[in-house]
Amino acid sequence: MTREQDPAVRRPQDGAGVVAVRPVLAQVEREARVWARMWRGSTLTGVALPWLVLAAMGLGLGGMVDQPGDAFGGLGYLVFVAPGLLAGAAVQFAAGAATWPVMGGMKWTGSFHAATATPLSPMDVYGGFVLWIGIRLAMNAVAFLVAAVLLGAVPSAWGLLAVPAAVLGGLAVAAPLAAFAATQDSDQSFELVERLVVVPMFLLSGVFFPVDQLPAALRLVVGAAPLWHAVELCRGATTGSLGLLAGAGHTAVLAGYLALGAWWGARTFPRRLAA
Amino acid sequence: MITNLLAADRGTLRVLERNAWANLRMWPLFLSGLVEPLLYLLSIGVGLTALVGPVWAPDGRAVSYEEYLAPAMLAVSAMNTAVINTTFVFFHKLKYAGTFDAMLTTPLDVRDVARGELAWALACTTAYACVFLATMAAMGLTGSAWCVLAVPAATLIGFAFAGAGLGLATFMRSYVDFDYVHVVVTPLFLLSATFFPIERYPSLFAQLVRLSPLYQGIALQRALAVGHLTPGLLLHVGYLTLMGWLGLRLAGRRLRLLLQP
Repeated sequence: MTREQDPAVRRPQDGAGVVAVRPVLAQVEREARVWARMWRGSTLTGVALPWLVLAAMGLGLGGMVDQPGDAFGGLGYLVFVAPGLLAGAAVQFAAGAATWPVMGGMKWTGSFHAATATPLSPMDVYGGFVLWIGIRLAMNAVAFLVAAVLLGAVPSAWGLLAVPAAVLGGLAVAAPLAAFAATQDSDQSFELVERLVVVPMFLLSGVFFPVDQLPAALRLVVGAAPLWHAVELCRGATTGSLGLLAGAGHTAVLAGYLALGAWWGARTFPRRLAA
Repeated sequence: MITNLLAADRGTLRVLERNAWANLRMWPLFLSGLVEPLLYLLSIGVGLTALVGPVWAPDGRAVSYEEYLAPAMLAVSAMNTAVINTTFVFFHKLKYAGTFDAMLTTPLDVRDVARGELAWALACTTAYACVFLATMAAMGLTGSAWCVLAVPAATLIGFAFAGAGLGLATFMRSYVDFDYVHVVVTPLFLLSATFFPIERYPSLFAQLVRLSPLYQGIALQRALAVGHLTPGLLLHVGYLTLMGWLGLRLAGRRLRLLLQP
């Protein structure tokens, strides 16, 4: 048996940070094959529901909000809220996809353990798992953007860049959360993360109203939230108003979250899966 | 049978007691159920109130957007609590945790289990409604002493959705099917005249919205919050009662098939 094929030999060097492409793609393929068997429900929640939110909030609530004045930076409410919802939907999707399925793979179905019994290392599993979330994020973002364009919510052709921005925002949340999920023994904490971190972030990060409506102290907290940076990127893209420096800054913060998550995952996944 | 809630007997109380103990051990989770509706009120309500003009309350008065949104969020909270407890939590106990199988090895029967779970869902709904209403009052968002009726109204909304939830949960095959719960609940949440008045919908669509059970609950809560009591409210009460009762009949029939050895 060669060195690569024997998991017992491979394991000690996990976490060394060496990730080959092929095994990561094998994990992606596994996730894709599972998804292909049950894509209907998740497409409804990932694609159709964000459309509905956009229509209800942008058109319905927008009709009440739209008054002369520049509370929303001179934008109509639909144009203001669409990029916010794009980023918000990405982060919410990422948070769900990076928590419960990890517990599934580690504990309920054990599919991650099964994967590490093949030549895949725990880091391959982590990398493939997060990469697959990125692919799903891109699919959802494209679908959302099409709907937003059809509703007239995207005035600038730079809006295309909102897709990578939303994907990056989602990954900035998914990478650390998946790493965190691997440290948990039950799914109870996920519900708490959802209710006490993800939902407040969704409601306060400038998705529905400009953050300058918030008290100053809260604005500081929101400034650290990955979703706020993703919202700024997406809104800057769909309205074509993003400066180069601001864009680079927000991108750097999100990339930082992603890198931090990967660093953490490189520790928690091997620890949990090597046992 | 299990629709006869008032006939809460010893078995029901035992199940209720079990759930109370279990939830005491995961109290952060129990308390976090309160947070979400309050957050919507405090964020969207507060964030948009300055940007949205006055809105018309059911009694024809102009009220602030917060005041308009608060009773709707109370109804949403009741729906969510009832739905989560009777679908996700219920299914987990039924299929994975084996809680009901364990209960049935004691002198409890299927009827006790169903009644107990329903009673627990309603107890949570009622407790959350009390806290939410107190918050509303503290924020000066209640316009009349009649608003205390918002608590039993929330329990009724909980009953309607708990009945429907229990009925539908018995058809779930796996967690994957719960995506469909979101597919039902989220549109109800967004489109039941929650965030903006029903007059803003195209007229044909507005007729559809009136059929939504959450709309019925929200209309009831909005009227009670400002103390605008009319005979028409009885229609909402009747709708919600019937919905809960039908769901429970379905659940009773299905559960006996699923649980009885």
